[in-house]
Amino acid sequence: MKQLLSLKINGELHEVWTSTHKTLLEVLREDLQLTGTKHGCELGECGACTVLIEGEPVLACLILPVEVQESDIQTIEGLAESGSSTAELKPHPLQTAFAEQGASQCGYCSPGMLMTAKAFLDKNSKSDSKKPIDRQEIRNALSGNLCRCTGYSKIIEAVEQVVEEIQNGAVHA
Amino acid sequence: MGQYMPEEKKTANDFEWIGKSWDQLDAMAKAKGETCYADDLFLPRMLYAKMLRSPHPHARIKNIDLTKALKRRGVIAALTGRDVPIPFGILPVSQDEEALCVEKVRMIGDPVAAIAAIDEETAEAALEDIVVEYELLPSILSIEDGLKQLEELELVAPDVPADAQIHAYADSGNIHKQVALEFGDTDAGFAEADHLREELYYYEGNTHLPMEQHASVAQHGADGRVTLWSSTQTPHYVHRALAKVLEMPTSQIRVIATPVGGGFGGKTDPFQHEIVVCKLAMMTGRPVKMTLTREEVFYTHRGRHPVLMWVKAGIKSDGSITALHFRNFLDGGAYGSYGVASTFYTGALQTVTYPIANYKFEAMRVFTNKAPCGPKRGHGTPQPRFALEVLLDKFAEDLGLDPTELRLRHLMPDNSLTVNHLTVTTNGLGECLHKVTEASGFQQRRNESSPGKGLGLGCGSYLSGAGLPIYWNKMPHSGVQIKIDRGGGVTVFCGSTDIGQGSNSVLAGIVAEELGIHLKHVIVVTSDTDLTPVDLGSYSSRVTLMTGNAAIAAARPLREQILSAASEVLKIPAEELTISNGKVGQLNGSGEPVSFVDAVQWAEAKFGTLGSVGSYTPPRRGGKFKGAGVGPSPNYSYSACVAEVTCDPESGLYRVDKLWLAHDIGQAINEKLVIGQVEGGAYMGLSEAMMEEQVYRTGNSASSGGSGPAGLHKIPSMLDYKSLTSLDMPEVETILVETNDPEGPYGAKEAGQGPLLPIMPAIANAIYNAVGVRVDEVPITAEKIFQGLQDLKKGKSGRVGPKKFPSITFPEALRVEPPQ
Repeated sequence: MKQLLSLKINGELHEVWTSTHKTLLEVLREDLQLTGTKHGCELGECGACTVLIEGEPVLACLILPVEVQESDIQTIEGLAESGSSTAELKPHPLQTAFAEQGASQCGYCSPGMLMTAKAFLDKNSKSDSKKPIDRQEIRNALSGNLCRCTGYSKIIEAVEQVVEEIQNGAVHA
Repeated sequence: MGQYMPEEKKTANDFEWIGKSWDQLDAMAKAKGETCYADDLFLPRMLYAKMLRSPHPHARIKNIDLTKALKRRGVIAALTGRDVPIPFGILPVSQDEEALCVEKVRMIGDPVAAIAAIDEETAEAALEDIVVEYELLPSILSIEDGLKQLEELELVAPDVPADAQIHAYADSGNIHKQVALEFGDTDAGFAEADHLREELYYYEGNTHLPMEQHASVAQHGADGRVTLWSSTQTPHYVHRALAKVLEMPTSQIRVIATPVGGGFGGKTDPFQHEIVVCKLAMMTGRPVKMTLTREEVFYTHRGRHPVLMWVKAGIKSDGSITALHFRNFLDGGAYGSYGVASTFYTGALQTVTYPIANYKFEAMRVFTNKAPCGPKRGHGTPQPRFALEVLLDKFAEDLGLDPTELRLRHLMPDNSLTVNHLTVTTNGLGECLHKVTEASGFQQRRNESSPGKGLGLGCGSYLSGAGLPIYWNKMPHSGVQIKIDRGGGVTVFCGSTDIGQGSNSVLAGIVAEELGIHLKHVIVVTSDTDLTPVDLGSYSSRVTLMTGNAAIAAARPLREQILSAASEVLKIPAEELTISNGKVGQLNGSGEPVSFVDAVQWAEAKFGTLGSVGSYTPPRRGGKFKGAGVGPSPNYSYSACVAEVTCDPESGLYRVDKLWLAHDIGQAINEKLVIGQVEGGAYMGLSEAMMEEQVYRTGNSASSGGSGPAGLHKIPSMLDYKSLTSLDMPEVETILVETNDPEGPYGAKEAGQGPLLPIMPAIANAIYNAVGVRVDEVPITAEKIFQGLQDLKKGKSGRVGPKKFPSITFPEALRVEPPQ
């Protein structure tokens, strides 16, 4: 059965005529060509399809779009814009840090990892807060996202880099 | 132009790019989610394909009825093995795979039919409409059963023992391959020894678990040509396999390797799904995509072989090894894959770390009705390396020596030959050992008796590319083409395949270095059989060394042309000119430099269109005996690891606190990427040391692992197949050692596989140091340690590991004289 869905993704409104039982992951990738969101299992086990719904990291493979019609959905394609402090589109500081630290090798887990990291930063890192962020907290936050290339260390260091940048006022996230 | 010669090498220490750190060329594309992997391709009118897979481990196919499936709305085409019957396989000696099984299935998950439909859901639903009649055959699920001779197979298959033979071409029964080599005289060597040890080790199979599931898209153009986009590490070999199976000249086929979302050896064979999408695209005239489910990736496998090892070693009181004898049984699974090479690799590289006076190596790979094993990071080497390094730890204790000291006393010297005729050009293991033990405080701290704390040492060595290609020929292993645009843009074409390790960055960095320009002016075009010269692919840790040397060979003649043209215009002898930072100027710094772009235009005016090719063929090395083809390499990397663990002496639960890992890289090309490879190798090694297992149900009872038939994968999901998460991975202190090897580009060696090797034995040795339990088996689980602790409490040895070894007669070993 098909249905007309209205989805707010990265600030844009999309109307999609699609099968009701398709997952958000499938609708993003197949109906909307938002292929930045990846899949590694489609069973909620690997974290590759992580997107943000109302700022919360969720697995797009376990969500039906009908459930999130009223919500703000953010995917990797919308990350750059959200991190931009000027009119010019800039990469999100996390994206810059990932590139600089070598946090992506094959890069397949990166979109999901970045969205999870963004949710973590938004919750835990404020420029007015000097509360140190423990490496263990970052490890906890990322533990639902598998990576097979890096051994996680560069990913963790990239997140730490941004935490520091936010705290010393170098960037805003 | 042409062949790379080692003596041409640049010796200057003031590199602009080499040894520095720069971002992967596509680092930002990956961080933005813009990298287009195979499953991200959507072509107009594209169809989706699915394969029906066997629910039986071993069965004859009596009939396949597609009638009902073809009638389903949305189904466009269907295929069985009869439509693509030509067998294929990665190695010329084991062409034993079929795109879809024709006569019989050999494992649960073997595909028998394929459907192309307007969407994935329809294709999947149509699989249910296919009616397959099977006649069940006896299944072979263990090394032990696989070793049975045909007459013994009667026990398994009383009526027709041949029914229990998985492949008729096996060496005998289900023994796919047997090897027996002896270098020197091991009996005499054992007689000279002061200490002898005879032990059993087992290494469980595990799989690559790439984040990206395999995916392919094929298109059949109006010009009759087939294009395949596929997540593969080896587009060249896929190209060859497609030509064979589709019965088309390679000129009519284009293979493009899309960015690979994790390979680790798991995307190195030509695969069934790659052939099926091409065939379906040809039948339908429409693009066809197939993406494997995660469960299907577990069936596709080609991962680490389970290996059961018997090792006998003799050592003198000074620690020198007088003789070493390995006898290995490999559980190969249902197909050949790289298995013959894997079998040899379980014996080839034990000799390159420490001199071994006499060496005997026997191995058998058996076919079993399980997913085929193949090359996973380290290919055939981690299993015997684990055994050897644990064995040395035991010998060190026998001799009252520090494990570091035992190894340091006996290292293969530079420019030496091993007992099995391998050439060691440079060996940085000594420096690795010094640095890693110093950084970790190994020698002092391992003797401190804090309860449950332990430190362990392990070493390893790996090859920087195989000396011989998979199909033997005299052509180069890697080719690079360069063209220069009038605006100074340099495009580099190479068949090499970036699987995330950063080989494109290496290619660009080397060309930038040679031409004296900024990296941003180098455009890299790789892994497209229409556009790029052949490179054999991303396997056997060959890419940096081989494409690196080919890139140097291609860049130097262009540099000469540019300098020659500039010399003419500037009226300064070419040998007094150099290019750096995008400018051509005098070596002595005098005069005003001119821009690279001007010099390029002068060169084009003088020589015509600028272009160049370069290639690399490894030196011919190795012995003259049968089997000497596996093991030779231009150079070998070396690694040493110290692991620190905390183990609960009651439960055996343990955590790894830290790893110190030193790696002899020869010369880092891009330091950041090298460190990434070392850390990634440490992670993958640790994950398999602690938890990873590709295991199958052995019987039909619930006690053999849940519901389903024997031969069914127990845990084909990312939740149940355990791997380390960010919470489990300890800190890794990476130390790079540079030996400046004469064979590598600027002195480089490999980094992709070697750093994994010392991890597993370092963990086993650390556990022993912590709680006195010897786990002679991988993975090293808390359950096994607990068993050892119980054993210790009963006053026994506390050793956990295999206790039985099949008694089977190996063929008489081929005797080879060690080099003089």
